[in-house]
Amino acid sequence: MTAALLVMIGLGLLLGLVLGVAALKFKVEGDPLIEQIDAILPQTQCGQCGYPGCKPYATAIAGGEADINQCPPGGEAGVKMLADLLGVEPKPLNAEHGVPKPKSVAVIDENTCIGCTLCIQACPVDAILGAAKQMHTIIAAECTGCELCLAPCPVDCITMEPLGEDIAHWKWRYPVVPLKVIPIQVAA
Amino acid sequence: MSLNLGQIFKFAGGVHPPEHKVESTEQPIRTVPLPKTLVLPLRQHIGHIPKILVKVGDHVLKGQLLAEAHGHVSAAVHASTSGTITAIDEQVIPHPSGLPDLSITLQADGKDEWLKHAPLDYQNMERAELIRRIAESGIVGLGGATFPTHVKLRPDARHPVTTLILNGAECEPYITCDDLLMRERADEIIQGAAIMQRLLGSTECLIGLEDNKPQAVAAMNAAVAKANFNAKVVVVPTLYPSGDSRRLIALLTGKESPAKGRTTEIGVQCFNVATAQTLYRFIAHGETVVSRIVTITGNVARPGNYDALLGTSVRDLLQAAGGIRDNTDDYVMGGPMMGFSLPSVDVPMTKAMNCVIASTPSLFPLAPMEMPCIRCVACADACPVNLQPQELYWYSKSNNLEKADEYQLFDCIECGCCSYVCPSHIPLVQYYRYAKSETIAQDRAKQAADQARIRNEERLERIEREKQERAKKHAERTAKAETAGDDNEKKAAIEAAMARAKAQKETVIPQNTEAVSPTVAAEIASVDAARAKAAEKTE
Ligand code: SF4
Ligand code: SF4
Ligand code: SF4
Ligand code: SF4
Repeated sequence: MTAALLVMIGLGLLLGLVLGVAALKFKVEGDPLIEQIDAILPQTQCGQCGYPGCKPYATAIAGGEADINQCPPGGEAGVKMLADLLGVEPKPLNAEHGVPKPKSVAVIDENTCIGCTLCIQACPVDAILGAAKQMHTIIAAECTGCELCLAPCPVDCITMEPLGEDIAHWKWRYPVVPLKVIPIQVAA
Repeated sequence: MSLNLGQIFKFAGGVHPPEHKVESTEQPIRTVPLPKTLVLPLRQHIGHIPKILVKVGDHVLKGQLLAEAHGHVSAAVHASTSGTITAIDEQVIPHPSGLPDLSITLQADGKDEWLKHAPLDYQNMERAELIRRIAESGIVGLGGATFPTHVKLRPDARHPVTTLILNGAECEPYITCDDLLMRERADEIIQGAAIMQRLLGSTECLIGLEDNKPQAVAAMNAAVAKANFNAKVVVVPTLYPSGDSRRLIALLTGKESPAKGRTTEIGVQCFNVATAQTLYRFIAHGETVVSRIVTITGNVARPGNYDALLGTSVRDLLQAAGGIRDNTDDYVMGGPMMGFSLPSVDVPMTKAMNCVIASTPSLFPLAPMEMPCIRCVACADACPVNLQPQELYWYSKSNNLEKADEYQLFDCIECGCCSYVCPSHIPLVQYYRYAKSETIAQDRAKQAADQARIRNEERLERIEREKQERAKKHAERTAKAETAGDDNEKKAAIEAAMARAKAQKETVIPQNTEAVSPTVAAEIASVDAARAKAAEKTE
């Protein structure tokens, strides 16, 4: 009886020690939950969620300070993924933070640009090329469409252009019941 | 000729849709008259878009290179007749999206004058050089897959090819262009196969045909005997989709191709018969790809096979086939199993276009209402890839893309056997196509997000670093000012700087003041005087 007890206590101590050592040895840098949440966020870095970027929002969600439905670029699909990850019920997007828009990229009107560099300072992903007093250009492939460069421009020369579909990016649509369109007779 | 017809293996599944091949095989191949305008899309193949070499207004000859292959997997585009380039812009192309794509428009001059071309002495040519020349020829897989042929002919040291397979199965209903090509141009196909055999270094050549083409089988056998080329014509039972390259390889060799790899991993390379014939035309005559044979069938006056220049509009093709008959409401490119509706009859014929069916509501009735899946697994029995179509359907419909991927969604060849047999009339393939393109789009979005995350992190780091550097500099400066303190040192520093500037001014002597005209000399003198005055004032 005592032997069994001793064995159990010994085992408990030993395993506890192993766990303790492992916890120290394999300590992960950063908070894995924040990383996981950040991996779901769309990285548009637009700040519509009320935080200065996706990572701060992820940190706030992980800390229980922010709700999961504040990111319009992520859309309902993003909310659903967050809900799955955190084991909570999905909810509709909070319209206070804006509504999802089709993906766009910023375009600078190169004739109007005065080269003030204000937009470069605003761009969260360094997608704008240019130097003082030189015409600026946006690298479309890097632009996340966050719209942060629109407000600082003193001459309003930046506009958002929705990304059109081309053959290389075209997607098959979700199948719908085929309906024949019957032309409506309009009385003359 | 060996009498051994070869052992025939089997693949799982398959279906027997009505063939409808007789209509278009009663007449020999006819030539479509030269159209006035031809539109040549740059994307007629799988891979990178080729680089344009011409500009609007250029006069070009038939067979001239208009855009060259650009990148590892790409194919060239040539002028299909002589004439003038009138536009390089976006035109609607034969694609299920109905979207426009970059194309070259050619106004024919009516002379149809060839660029000077000569046969290639391929027997005495370096293999690499020959592959390079084939890359310039614009040859792609003409069975519909349009994969650039030169890429498949490149030697691969890791996976030597022992068996060359020519695909003449043509299993899809309605399509007969390969059948007619084999009946009429079997010799050229065999010559092409011999060239392929030489390039690949393979030792065996098998030619697979379905048993519904007895005339083509006879013609091919005769051509093999005549050419004294060691090829074997193997007749396989008619069963859709035996013309899918991996299914045909399984039928002829009994070998299973790796799902995610290439068929060369099992030592087999497979080409369509029309591809072999086109390769022969290029090697033996120097002709680049300017035309192909297309089946025009369905609700037209003279269904049949037509030899047409690439870029000819479908409207002109239908006209050549005697025009459409009443009630035509749709035009299907490819066959009824894997084809799609053309966005318009003004799209050009491309290298991928093997068949156009003018359809009527009675020919292809609207599918009945989709009913719930009853899990009868008729689809699984029909699937030639041994997938579980009912599971794929379930996960695609509910947008559970990860699960669909787990059930090998991307191994699906979109053959349509499952939809064909489904008693609930579920358009299964449409769900798979949707799920595939959605998965691809999500992967792209994920990559873009990762990229944005890295760029944002780098930016934040840089801002932080700059802030610290500025703070450090500021701290250093204030510290220095405090210790240096007295004015004398500062004054001395300023004086030293001024002295340096003065010395520099004196040492810099203009080099171009000698041997100038008197007026210029006078100008220089006056400017110098003004400068000296200004200097006096400031000092
Ligand atoms: S709202 Fe903008 S910044 Fe906030 S998480 Fe979404 S994309 Fe990132
Ligand atoms: S260019 Fe403008 S819209 Fe695009 S990422 Fe930069 S700040 Fe945002
Ligand atoms: S054939 Fe149709 S009904 Fe039957 S299991 Fe497959 S999808 Fe379901
Ligand atoms: S379409 Fe895909 S799932 Fe359906 S039978 Fe063909 S390979 Fe199988």
